[in-house]
Amino acid sequence: MTAAVETAQTTTIHGDRVSLLRVLGPAHVWALGVGIVLVGEFTGWNFSADKGGALAALIVCWVVGLLYTSVAMIDSEVTSTVAAAGGQYAQAKHIVGPLMAFNVALFLVFAYTMLEVSDAILLGDTIVAKAGIEGLTHNSFIAATIVVLAWLNYRGVLMTLNVNFVITAIAYVSIVILFFSVSPWTQGAVLKLNELVTPANALPYGWIGVIAAFQFGIWYYLGIEGTTQAAEEVRSPARSLPYGTMAGMITLLIAAAMTWYVCASLMPWEYLGITYYPLWDAGKLTGSPLLENLLFIATLLAALASANGCINDAARAWFSLGRDRYLPSWFSAVHPKYRTPYRSILFLLPIALAFAFIADLNQAITFSILSGVLQYTFMSINIMMFRKKWPLGSIRRGYTHPFHPLPAIVLFCLCMVTFFAIFLGFGSQLIAMTVFYFLISLWFHFYRYKFVRRGDQFSMPWPKPQGY
Amino acid sequence: MWMGLSYVCWGISVVLAAWMLYDWFKVDTTYSEETLTSSREGELEAVSEKHRI
Repeated sequence: MTAAVETAQTTTIHGDRVSLLRVLGPAHVWALGVGIVLVGEFTGWNFSADKGGALAALIVCWVVGLLYTSVAMIDSEVTSTVAAAGGQYAQAKHIVGPLMAFNVALFLVFAYTMLEVSDAILLGDTIVAKAGIEGLTHNSFIAATIVVLAWLNYRGVLMTLNVNFVITAIAYVSIVILFFSVSPWTQGAVLKLNELVTPANALPYGWIGVIAAFQFGIWYYLGIEGTTQAAEEVRSPARSLPYGTMAGMITLLIAAAMTWYVCASLMPWEYLGITYYPLWDAGKLTGSPLLENLLFIATLLAALASANGCINDAARAWFSLGRDRYLPSWFSAVHPKYRTPYRSILFLLPIALAFAFIADLNQAITFSILSGVLQYTFMSINIMMFRKKWPLGSIRRGYTHPFHPLPAIVLFCLCMVTFFAIFLGFGSQLIAMTVFYFLISLWFHFYRYKFVRRGDQFSMPWPKPQGY
Repeated sequence: MWMGLSYVCWGISVVLAAWMLYDWFKVDTTYSEETLTSSREGELEAVSEKHRI
């Protein structure tokens, strides 16, 4: 016991308290955000071509890019001020109120856990497709992906995000190599965009197809807002979070444009819209075994990086709920040696495994997208309230986003369009999830909130909001 | 080779899951619940940020 007390004393920051470790820099924030998202270039975005054709996939690439640029700007401003684990949950708690915060935390946990599940299924399916052996199933690869990454997260955030930085960078560079290997400056040699995308087939279902394509256009950038979950573990939140998030968004806009250009120039939209491996297929279509194998490995690495970041983020959101007693405080334990929310990581591990073994990829992706879009809708309202309650000059901000309230309005409008697109494709899931969040809100309001220590949950040393 | 890799994946999963369960048990029986759940939100900000503009 004496040894245990000594260890505890050497691993604390604030007196005798065990806190998360502040060891991350802007590169880790970039690795977390881009790591979660980049898998969307390797699979997911291309289903928007099935909804509306190749040109629709390009239109949503830019328009959804606008949605996420708004998300990144708004998020950077608020989180550079509310620098706490839980990210948007902590923002909602301080700016809107406890019920909104509880819902936002659930959006986060669902979005990231379902994305982790999708990543693991993708990785397993990719290996099985490459092996081409009868009797080989994806289960062992799914289990290894989820358990190994949970172990990595359990052992410490610094190593977790160092690994994410390396594998994300390799996956990203593979897209750049593919892009320059197909002579993008000339048409006809390898790329045949002018033959594959013609005025006759560019928008096969007209503009309603473009609207429908929003559902999967989200995959170009889904998860970049996850950078905020690192708020309590970065050395300088006010600097690192805006810098890492905005750099990540710029990186992703470039990757999305290159990915569309190469894939739409190599595959007809009818095939592009249904394949699970657009970039790997593009590598095969170049005829180069080197590129084919590179894109195969990059697909695996992108899925790994995404699942790794998702475990990190879902665990922090769950941990924050426990710390404020929105859930049992048992979940708020921090490992005294590794300084990670180890009970939250372990609790979410079997849930992810169960979904990965029983859910199919489309269902998991849809739940992830739905939770994500609900969260973005909240963010547009949140920033309006934030600026109204604490106007510029009343509290210190690490970053102030320009053109307010234009980004919030753009974000809200594009979220509405995306909800309509999801309703067109997965209306019953949308209704089921809305009912779920409504019922869980009733449970929180009438039962759980009485356990919350109301004064303790508002931790930011801010002045009273304007009008109060 | 792929079947072998599949068995290796099962093996690694079991070993790491067992290690995490062991470590979880060890930590929970070594440290008090108060110590493990003593983290508080925003403490660094409370110390370093005075919010004087």
